Amino acid sequence: MSGASVSLRSVGKSFAGRTVLDDVDLDIAAGQFVSIIGPSGAGKSTLLRLVAGLDAPSGGRIELRATGRKADVRMMFQEDRLLPWRSVLRNVLLGIKGRKQDAGRILDAVGLQGRESEFPIGLSGGQRQRVALARALIHEPDLLLLDEPFGALDAITRAAMQLLLEQLLVARPRTVVLVTHDVEEALLLSDRVLLVKDGGIARDLIFDQPRPRHRGDPALATLKEELLDGLLTAERDLAAVA
Amino acid sequence: MAPSQVRRSKVDFMTDASLLSRPVDATASPAAGRTEPFPRAGESVVTVVADVTRPSELSRARARGLSWRSFALPWLLPLGLLFVWQFLSTTGIVSTAIVPAPSDIWDAAQQLAERGELQHDILISLRRVAIGFSIGALGGLLFGLAVGLFEPLHDLFDRSLQMIRTIPHLALVPLMILWFGIGEEPRLILVAMGSLFPVYINTVGGICNVDPKLIELGKSYGLGRAELVWSIILPAALQPILVGMRYALGVAWLTLVVGETIASRDGVGYLVQNARELLRIDIIVLAIILYAIAGWLSDLITRLIERRLLRWHPNYADRVKA
Repeated sequence: MSGASVSLRSVGKSFAGRTVLDDVDLDIAAGQFVSIIGPSGAGKSTLLRLVAGLDAPSGGRIELRATGRKADVRMMFQEDRLLPWRSVLRNVLLGIKGRKQDAGRILDAVGLQGRESEFPIGLSGGQRQRVALARALIHEPDLLLLDEPFGALDAITRAAMQLLLEQLLVARPRTVVLVTHDVEEALLLSDRVLLVKDGGIARDLIFDQPRPRHRGDPALATLKEELLDGLLTAERDLAAVA
Repeated sequence: MAPSQVRRSKVDFMTDASLLSRPVDATASPAAGRTEPFPRAGESVVTVVADVTRPSELSRARARGLSWRSFALPWLLPLGLLFVWQFLSTTGIVSTAIVPAPSDIWDAAQQLAERGELQHDILISLRRVAIGFSIGALGGLLFGLAVGLFEPLHDLFDRSLQMIRTIPHLALVPLMILWFGIGEEPRLILVAMGSLFPVYINTVGGICNVDPKLIELGKSYGLGRAELVWSIILPAALQPILVGMRYALGVAWLTLVVGETIASRDGVGYLVQNARELLRIDIIVLAIILYAIAGWLSDLITRLIERRLLRWHPNYADRVKA
C-alpha cells in the first residue's frame, strides 16, 4: 500500500493550561482516507497540526512510517496561503528547484492549464485552492493533511474540488487526513470517519461503501443523520458548559 | 394622440383597477421616504442599471474624456495659479518687489542658464541627494535587515538606533561644520543620516509584520533560512520598505536645503543664499520652484519603481501577467 502510516500514542495537547487533546491513541493505515469531524473548538485542527509537526504535543508520541524513505508530509490549509508575489507556476514550485514540466503537468491535472504565469490575485477562491493542492501534490506526499481546505468555497466549487481530489487520489493513492465540518464531505470521500469531542476520539467509524459515492445514497444518508446527531449533542454539551 | 397622453391614460386605468386590491406596497412606500411620483400599484417600474447592448459613440467619447481628464486635471490648479499670479503682478495688485511675476522668474532662470550657473547648481544638488540618499537608504536597509532578521542583533542595536533617531539630525549641523568644515562631507553625512532612519524603521517593521501563516507555510515546505528570507520575508516586507524609501527621499531633499543654505559654495541652496544677499527675490522663488519640481520628480520615479516591484499587490495591480 502506498502512503505513510500514522500512529499516535497517548498524545495530549494543552494551550496555557487548557487541555485540548487528552490521551489520544490513533492508528491510521497506509493509504487510508480518514476524515475528522467534530464540533468547532474540539481540537480537530490541533490534532492535524500535531501530525504535521507544526505544533509539538504536550505529551505522547507521534510516528509516521513510510516505505523506503522518510515520510513526506504536506498540508493544505483553509486559507490557500499562496505567495501573492509569485506566479501560479512559481507558487507550485515553492521549495523545489527545476521541475517546471512536472509543475505544468500537475497544473493541467487541477484544471489550471494556461494560467501558469498569472499572479494569484487574478484567481478565484476555488482556483487558488487548486494551486494550493497542486503545490502539495507535486511533492508526491506519503501523507496529505487537509485542514478544511474547501470550507471557504461555495457549494458548487466545493463539490468540484471534492471530485477532483478523489480523482487525483485514485490515480495516485496516498494516506489522507481531512479535517472538515461537512459530514457529507467526510462520508463522500473517506474510508473512515473520526468524531472528535471532549479532547478525545468519541467515535471511530469504518465506512467501506464502494466508490464513486453519491450524495443521495441511502446508506450515506443514514450515517449522515447519525453523525449529525452526535455532533449536535456535542455542540449542546459545549453550549451547556459555556 | 401624443405619446405622453397615451401613457397617462394607461396609468389612470391601472390605478382604478388597483384600488380594488389595495396592495401593501402602495401604502407602505410613503413611510419608506419615497418621493413623488409614486409608482402606482401594479405598474412595473424599470430601472436601467446598465445598458451596453449598443456600445455607442457616446461611451467611447466618454472614455476619451476620462483619459483626457486624468491627464489634464492635475495641471489645472498649478497652471491656474500661475495665470492668477501673473495677472496680479502685471496689474500691480501685488508688488513685484514682494513677489516677482512668473515672467520675471522665467527671465532670471534664463539668465542663470545662459551663464551655466543654473545647470551647474542643479546638478550639484542632485548629485548630493543621490549620493547621500544612496548611502543612507542602503545603510537603513542593511541595518533594518540585520536587526529584523537576527534577534541578537535586534537586542544589540535597536534601542541605540531608536535613541539616535529621536535626535533631530539637523541639530548636528553646527557639529558637522566644526568637524568637517564646509566641505562636501557634512552635507552628505546629514543627507545620509536623514535618509537612514525612515528606511531602517520601515524595514524592521515590515519584517516583523510578515504574515506568520506564510512563514509557517514556508517552513512546512522545507525552505531553509536563506530561502525563507529571500522567497517570503523580503517580498512580504517590500511594500513598507519602499514606503520608507519614498519618505526618506523627501527627508533627503529637506536636509539638503538646510545643509546648502547654511554652508555652501554651490548647489541650489547656495543660489538662494547668494540671491538673498543680492536681494534677488526672483531667484529665491526660482529655487523654491526647483525644489518643488525635484521633489515631485523623485517621488514620481519611486512611485514608478513601486508599481513595477509591487505589481502583484492588489493596490498596484493594473496587469495580471507576471
